[in-house]
Amino acid sequence: MQFAPQLYSAALRLTRNQADAEDLVQETFLKAYRGFGNFEEGSNLRAWLYRILTNNYINAYRSKQRRPDESTLADVEDLYLYRRLDHLEQALASRSAEDQLLDLFTDDEVKSALEELPDNFRLPVLLADVEGFSYKEIADMLGLPIGTVMSRLHRGRKAMHKRLYEFAMERGLVDRGSSTPAETPS
Amino acid sequence: MADCNETLRELQTYLDGELPDDMKYVVDEHLLDCSDCMQAFDFHAELKLVIATKCRTEAIPAGLLGKIEACFGIDPEEFAAGGGYADPDLSY
Repeated sequence: MQFAPQLYSAALRLTRNQADAEDLVQETFLKAYRGFGNFEEGSNLRAWLYRILTNNYINAYRSKQRRPDESTLADVEDLYLYRRLDHLEQALASRSAEDQLLDLFTDDEVKSALEELPDNFRLPVLLADVEGFSYKEIADMLGLPIGTVMSRLHRGRKAMHKRLYEFAMERGLVDRGSSTPAETPS
Repeated sequence: MADCNETLRELQTYLDGELPDDMKYVVDEHLLDCSDCMQAFDFHAELKLVIATKCRTEAIPAGLLGKIEACFGIDPEEFAAGGGYADPDLSY
């Protein structure tokens, strides 16, 4: 059952509650087991399981949730978080940037920032950034053209980064007065 | 040689490892000479890693594995390990 823990984490990011996430994972394995004859030998078992999981989620759970299917997302400027946190990073210069970012946001904030994205954007971001699937694999799983996956991924990430910045502001990590974006490189 | 805007436009695709080789080469050339862009790329590479790390860490609830196993007629270890591959007639 090597993929069960990963699938459960992904299910939780999608359904946002433990009971539904457990059901979703269970249904995914059941469908995988029943449909194993359709699995092409030599293809990617993990990608195949995620395809079942996402399709199951889209068909069974999405309709239960309050969010409209075709949500729109406000446009966020490029490099939103970077241009605002750059000064903060430099102020904490003694450690590696990765440690700083790791400590800057709590697990719950990062999870919330992802979970608050509308489905259209959350699925590509989850599949690419958390699960590490390629654009092509995601396009196949979601039945979307690669260009659509890329644009949703880019917009979803920017919205998520903006939310992370808001969390940092709420916790007083960022001084509101100093949040002017750094000068744009030309 | 690409300018900063052209380079930053490819940031996400580059970090996703999806930029075609010829375009990746152009970006790499620019990054060698431009510490501003390099810093932006570094920041986003690290951010991506942090997001992945923090969203992956759910402990699977006790009992879920058992519930999944109960759905199967075979040993799930065998199923996940690819034991099923050998049996193309696996019935529905």
